[in-house]
Amino acid sequence: MSLELKDVEKKVGIETHIHSTNIKLEKNTINILLGSTLAGKTTLMQIMAGLDKPTNGEIWFNGENVTGKEVQKRNCSMVYQQFINYPNFTVFENIASPLKITGIKSNEIKERVGKVAELLKLSAMLNKKPDELSGGQQQRTALARALVKDSDLILLDEPLANLDFKLREELREELPKLFEDRDCIVVYATTEPQDALMIGGNTATLLEGKVIQYGKTLDVYNKPENLTSARVFSDPPMNIAEINKNGETFKINNNNVEWKSNLKIKDGKYKIGIRPHNITTYKEGNNSVEINGKVLISELSGSESLIHFTNGKLNWVSLSNGIQSKNIGEETKLYMNIDEFLYFDQNNRLVNHG
Amino acid sequence: MNKTLNQRAWLFVIPVFVLVAFNAAVPLMTVVNYSFQETFGSNVFAWEGTRWFKEILHSERFHASLGRQVIFTFIILLIQLPLGIGIALTMPKKGWGVPVCLILMSMPLLIPWNVVGAMWNIFALPDIGFLGNSLNSLGFDYNFTQQSGDAWFTTILMDVWHWTSLVVLLSYAGLNSIQPAYYQAAEIDGASRWDIFRYIELPKMKKVLTLAILLRFMDSFMIYTEPFVLTGGGPGNATNFLSLDLVKMALGQFDLGPAAAMSLIYFLIVLLICWIFYTIMMKDEGRT
Repeated sequence: MSLELKDVEKKVGIETHIHSTNIKLEKNTINILLGSTLAGKTTLMQIMAGLDKPTNGEIWFNGENVTGKEVQKRNCSMVYQQFINYPNFTVFENIASPLKITGIKSNEIKERVGKVAELLKLSAMLNKKPDELSGGQQQRTALARALVKDSDLILLDEPLANLDFKLREELREELPKLFEDRDCIVVYATTEPQDALMIGGNTATLLEGKVIQYGKTLDVYNKPENLTSARVFSDPPMNIAEINKNGETFKINNNNVEWKSNLKIKDGKYKIGIRPHNITTYKEGNNSVEINGKVLISELSGSESLIHFTNGKLNWVSLSNGIQSKNIGEETKLYMNIDEFLYFDQNNRLVNHG
Repeated sequence: MNKTLNQRAWLFVIPVFVLVAFNAAVPLMTVVNYSFQETFGSNVFAWEGTRWFKEILHSERFHASLGRQVIFTFIILLIQLPLGIGIALTMPKKGWGVPVCLILMSMPLLIPWNVVGAMWNIFALPDIGFLGNSLNSLGFDYNFTQQSGDAWFTTILMDVWHWTSLVVLLSYAGLNSIQPAYYQAAEIDGASRWDIFRYIELPKMKKVLTLAILLRFMDSFMIYTEPFVLTGGGPGNATNFLSLDLVKMALGQFDLGPAAAMSLIYFLIVLLICWIFYTIMMKDEGRT
């Protein structure tokens, strides 16, 4: 089983919502579409489901061209950011609704709904109506409806975005387990890099209607093909600076931060990408370089401290463990972990792998 | 912490009190006053107790006009609700059609009621009116000033023309507030158009439809101006609805006592039905 998009393109009027996209999703995988709002995640999913037709290109499912096949005739299910359930059905009826339409016997429906309800901890609420449930329970009901059907393709469009923090964490942990031994392709759209890292599987980074990179989640994270992919897959935002390499000396333009490395690339101009957690108020790793900064603001969350500072003409973001209290305007010293730097050439392509 | 007592706040409420007193409480109490007494003008009153109420409740005339009123309102709701929902469902949801439809729909609502009556009176005249003349030349024996069936038909048609838009606009607003994801989810489930209407659109429109039914019930139950101008309650008493009858009794015959009693009964009927209806419809709303 596989889902393949071949040169899929979507235009609305003169606007291009999806630029020509080629991507192949294999069975038993969770695939994450990672990108900010308006990156085209939802459009891409709707094209996959058949809710929307591509302007150009083809969609192949299991070796069959399904472009233009109506959604009702495909075997897929979808969960939305909003909690979508039938308002005047009970939880049981809601979960059973996709089965009833296919005409399965009521005994079997009862059994299957019961199983899914248990999996999603809804057994006690089968007789309640959606508006009597909490947001988390409503979303569980929607998830149960998607799972009960044994779809070939399950699409999850930012399913956790409207949940509060605790519920989000709880459900995010459960999600990969729910799909573990299911014979289906799962597509999960999210704006949060953290979601992708926690769920694992494969990730496609998206920006402005383009798939930037697709591959195993950790590969995409550790070895972003280019600067764009790295930026999409970094939250808080990645620090980017232009540097000059001369022999073994690397120097950030317009300030005095420099370090030595035996990285084998040609001399010349490069860009470096540094994730915020690789700039800390304490030394981390064996090779670090000092950077002085003037604190713009510091955000403390208890277990972590986010410090924004300026150095030269650039604004930097650093993320340190624990509470690192800094005053606004304070001159401070931070350390950058050289080993974690990502080097990009003038065409924004990654040149090192480490 | 101690709250400071500040009686000056009451000053702000006084204008409302005065306003409500003059446009609701005082007139209502005047009617109550009349309903228990007999008067021959020049401010001479004689106490009659509940006599007028008993008389009205047992009078055939009241029963007949109440009956006509109930039938009229029932027919109006039966036509306007499905028709209004139907039109709302077929209205476009985006593009240039939206403002066009909305303006077309609001037009009848903007026309003053007596103008609507006059318009339809002329429109339906059997000899020179477009509707009346057309019907007659098509071979129908149509004359709303002579035949009660035709009078009813015209009155109902007029009300449908005037007020269906209200149901349309409310339903349209209700439909537009449904997130597209609901339709998509139903499509993915394989639901038919009817399923979508029955299980998504109708439940989601419940609140606006409750409002529509309430408004249409009240307005049609208290209809006065349009039939007054169109038929004047005739031919005979055929379209003599409650409010028309009430005005005839009060201003035509100057039976102020019975008319006052009748208006109180009328008022209580409307209040009671609205309250019952609202309570039933909103029964399971409090949970959320």
